[in-house]
Amino acid sequence: MSIWEYANPKKFMQTSAWALPWVVGLTLVCLVVGLSWGFFFTPDDYKQGSTVKIIYIHVPAAMMAINAWGMMLVTSMIWIIRRHHVSALAAKAAAPVGLTFTLIALVTGALWGQPMWGTWWAWDPRLTSFLILTLFYFGYMALWAAIEDPDTAADLTSILCLVGSVFAGLSRYAVLFWNQGLHQGASLSLDEKENVSDVFWLPLVICIAGFVLLFLTMVLLRTRTEIRSRRLKALLARERVA
Amino acid sequence: MKALLLRDLRLAIRTGGGFGLGLAFFFLLSVLVPLGVGPEGGILARIAPGILWIGALLACLLSLDRIFALDHEDGSLDLLATAPIPLEAVVALKALAHWLVTGLPLTLVAPVLAVFLNLPPAGYPWLMISLILGTPALSVIGAFGAALTVGLRRGGLLLSLLVLPLYVPTLIFGAEVIRRGAETMSLATPLALLAAISLGAVALLPFAAAAAIRVNLR
Amino acid sequence: MQLTLSNLAVARGGVTVLQGLSFTLAPGKALILRGPNGSGKTTLLRTLAGLQPPASGSFDLPPDAVAYAAHADGLKSTLTVVENLTFWASIYGGPPIDHALHALDLVALSRRRAGELSAGQKRRLGLARLLVTGRPLWLLDEPTVSLDVASVALFARVVRQHLAAGGLAVIATHVDLGLPEAQVLDLEPHRARLIAQDGFDEAFA
Repeated sequence: MSIWEYANPKKFMQTSAWALPWVVGLTLVCLVVGLSWGFFFTPDDYKQGSTVKIIYIHVPAAMMAINAWGMMLVTSMIWIIRRHHVSALAAKAAAPVGLTFTLIALVTGALWGQPMWGTWWAWDPRLTSFLILTLFYFGYMALWAAIEDPDTAADLTSILCLVGSVFAGLSRYAVLFWNQGLHQGASLSLDEKENVSDVFWLPLVICIAGFVLLFLTMVLLRTRTEIRSRRLKALLARERVA
Repeated sequence: MKALLLRDLRLAIRTGGGFGLGLAFFFLLSVLVPLGVGPEGGILARIAPGILWIGALLACLLSLDRIFALDHEDGSLDLLATAPIPLEAVVALKALAHWLVTGLPLTLVAPVLAVFLNLPPAGYPWLMISLILGTPALSVIGAFGAALTVGLRRGGLLLSLLVLPLYVPTLIFGAEVIRRGAETMSLATPLALLAAISLGAVALLPFAAAAAIRVNLR
Repeated sequence: MQLTLSNLAVARGGVTVLQGLSFTLAPGKALILRGPNGSGKTTLLRTLAGLQPPASGSFDLPPDAVAYAAHADGLKSTLTVVENLTFWASIYGGPPIDHALHALDLVALSRRRAGELSAGQKRRLGLARLLVTGRPLWLLDEPTVSLDVASVALFARVVRQHLAAGGLAVIATHVDLGLPEAQVLDLEPHRARLIAQDGFDEAFA
């Protein structure tokens, strides 16, 4: 049996209906355990106090913000190469989720940055890259919204996603060049594991797993909705033709 | 193929519109910025590279939607797509025509506007070099955006939303070249990267844009 | 050369509109497409022109055979009649434009800008473009729109000359062009029937 069978809409609906409750359950377990462990059962940082605990939202959200775009890139390529509709719709479904994670990362970053650096916003390379990433998400979603024909929209947004990924990578590099990181102290590289002491490490991993699962839940739900709405559209179009 | 380039240039000159408008916009921006920022020469000199690049970028953006939209409206794009020249070449030629009527004139007037902005004398040659190397990327990236939005009614606003994020690396390296030039620092790296972005965009984006047009005509 | 359609189906906006089209058009022959508005004439012509892929089935054509004339004429209003035609002639590397100007009675207008022409004159200029392409198969979408009786006759003569020289034409029209030799294809029996399906696959044709 080929993995591509799951790209068949009917098969996808069946499989995802079966998998969804498990994924939701796992998401809840990971998030509840990870976040409450992180928030209530870890010591305060000797330097940063309890503000450090925002790491359990900030770091997983930031990781998923980038991974969501990566997933959109992969599914867009699958659509362009193999023309599996579910793949295109999954890319569409992932965009608002990815954007939300990006915004969460930016907002929690600002909340964390204010007490640490004394400013809500600094034009640090990493912060700037995330701001630019939001622009890419906005453009991608706006293009989906603007085009009526679903296959045309899928094709054009996939092309945009491919080209956009190249330019997003270039922008990341350009931004590093533009401001060689005044703020690249330990506080910003907390997601490199050698900088996080062991007490914080395990709950952080659980939180990251929780966010990955949360992303999966959202994308599955939204893809199912997209498939249903696509079917509704097709039925209505048939009715008009008949 | 020469015929297509000549036709586009002739149309741009006869119709006016985009041609002079971009230059006028560039001029206005360079006049308005000192009025908003204040007359102090030191501040203007510091922000001049960035302002000149942003001005060039926005002036370029003004005429982007005309690259394909006019041909789409009057049916020429359908006919060009069925003509014996590859659509990739059509895109490249139209981007070239766009550059000749916007990017090139912008580069030529930029030194005059740099005077208003107190750009240090050492920056002038680098201003020209950075714009001449960077504006082709603006035209080609813009043509790609125009190809994505060609079938849409309210494509103009969406076009800027799609294209401006793609302009980020060009803007950063372009302005950096002038800034370092003005301060007589070493600028080989940003210059090479700017040229690389332009070359890469010119080489690859016509294929993406042609694919987008084919989808839009379907 | 000849045009062969084998069990071709065409779709508009993801919905199949015509299916089961099979015929062969020999050199010197014209095919008139008949069918009410929305029956898929334009979609079929655009498919044959290569602007969109067939929904299923296939058609067979030598490369670089087609000249397509859509509803819109593709004229630039700020260019003169001669400039418009010369442009298309050099794009196609076709024959000189004098013949086309004479054939569609555009000589007197040749220095005018296309924007200053009447609707019928623009249409004649759009049709003159076909002659400078040098292509054997003409795909014509409602070519007689806004033409007066005399111009329709003029155009019919141009088509007949093209066919006599071994050319082919597929014409979607409601007007009788006076081409007795033309085959007529009624699209009504080929309209796609809706097959009731169930499940989620049907939405993704």
